[in-house]
Amino acid sequence: MKNKIISILQQNARISDTALGEMLGITPEQAAAEIKKLEDEGVIRGYSVILDEDKYDKSTVYATIELKVTPQRDCGFDDIAKTIMMYDEVESVSLMSSGAYDLAVEVKGSNLKDVAFFVSERLATIDGILSTSTHFILKKYKEKGIFIDGEEPDERGLG
Amino acid sequence: MNVIDYDKVLSNKIKSIRPSGIRKFFDIAATMEGVISLGVGEPDFNTPWVIRKAAINVLERKHIVYGPNKGLIPLRQAISDKIDQKHSVRYDPEKEIIVTVGGSEAIDLALRGIIDPGDEVLVVEPCFVCYAPLVELAGGVAVPVPTRIENNFKLTVEDFRDKITPRTKMLILPFPNNPTGAVMTREDLEPIAEFLRGTDIMVLSDEIYSELTYGRKHFSIIELEGMRERTIYVNGFSKAYAMTGWRLGYVTAPEPIISQIFKIHQYGIMCSPYISQNAAVEALTSCDAEVEKMVDEYNVRRRYLVNEFNRLGLTCFDPEGAFYVFPSIKSTGLTSEEFCERLLYEEKVATVPGSAFGESGEGHIRISYAYSLKHLMEAMSRIESFLKKLEAEKK
Repeated sequence: MKNKIISILQQNARISDTALGEMLGITPEQAAAEIKKLEDEGVIRGYSVILDEDKYDKSTVYATIELKVTPQRDCGFDDIAKTIMMYDEVESVSLMSSGAYDLAVEVKGSNLKDVAFFVSERLATIDGILSTSTHFILKKYKEKGIFIDGEEPDERGLG
Repeated sequence: MNVIDYDKVLSNKIKSIRPSGIRKFFDIAATMEGVISLGVGEPDFNTPWVIRKAAINVLERKHIVYGPNKGLIPLRQAISDKIDQKHSVRYDPEKEIIVTVGGSEAIDLALRGIIDPGDEVLVVEPCFVCYAPLVELAGGVAVPVPTRIENNFKLTVEDFRDKITPRTKMLILPFPNNPTGAVMTREDLEPIAEFLRGTDIMVLSDEIYSELTYGRKHFSIIELEGMRERTIYVNGFSKAYAMTGWRLGYVTAPEPIISQIFKIHQYGIMCSPYISQNAAVEALTSCDAEVEKMVDEYNVRRRYLVNEFNRLGLTCFDPEGAFYVFPSIKSTGLTSEEFCERLLYEEKVATVPGSAFGESGEGHIRISYAYSLKHLMEAMSRIESFLKKLEAEKK
């Protein structure tokens, strides 16, 4: 049940309790209760919106920053990650298993310079950060399973 | 100038065949902007990657040849094993299986192999549009056997007992059913088998949707005593493995039948596509989990649609197979053609009138759920506003 609810919400978090209940064969009240439970347990952390940035605000810039970090005694990478995630400019922070770098940080800014300065003045200066490598995102095709650009036309016939 | 008269050139038989009733609305829909379709009869999933990868490997490494007429040996072996595993019935891969170009060719082979001019074939309706025209092309007479909503569109002996004549050669059993989604259980099939055991009537069991059932496993008539001998079994890869474009199906039957109908395939088709056949071995041997995932997703959509239609007052029985729901639109006072036409022009939703699948489909529409939930939800909101409009007109 949990997996099914989440897979449906991932496709459309705004679905009504009635429709969700219909899909799962439960009442709208039960559907609402299941979601409440997932929220209370902290499995569901929030709901967001997926935008086609080109249609919304062309000037916004996104970048992925690769950070090499010296792990801290006792708490590994957590302390640095927590410091980084406090910035509003930071959209996501993930610990990576790659050998090339340790933390992947997604940053949003109103223009290229903003992001570049944020990296050099805010991130690069944090104790324990050894190096940064910034990649600007030019275009998003798909995000969180949702097509933003390049959805294929339905070419199916009528079998 | 000499003008050729094509009307004289073409055979009377082909001219007498009606075009498919599914097409009509889609030809109109194709000329309109912003139409959302609920019409297609093929999966929206892509073929599982391991199958596509197997095809790529064949393209890279093998010489693409005709292959054996009846199909590649490893594929026939895998088909034999699969049927054994599902139904505990064995077909000899050498002598009792032909790999065909889709389930459609398998149906055509079976009909052409059995029918002499004037022979009668019982066609259980509502059903997919190909049976009656193929019966007629083979020189036979298609005798419609309507099933009823009161029986959840299952076939009963009473439905066809009176239609049997000395010319009756075959009964076409299309379950899980397109367009109704009805299934036949062991209990439903037993009386039919009991009746047929005393006759020389063959069954053409079209089980193309057999992997897509919800809540219970598909049961095949070949499992019942004496019925393997009386059945031409048809299945394929299109629906279960989302492989429509690969054009691959199969027919299994007792050796005396296969050895004869094989000639039609050998001379008319030669052999099924080599690349597809190689990939299909992968489908049968390593894609059970993929199929289960697709079935789970279809089931979510199915429940949503059944509940939505019932909520909106279009009574919809619970279909246990295939990927269609078949709600009744009788409460609107429109015929199924009128309903579909107005729904298309006024709300831009393309559906198929039940009458396209035989007279007993009248009063219903076929809705395919081989679409994403997002797509289905948009379509349902359009249908809801259409129904509100109809309601307002009545007042």
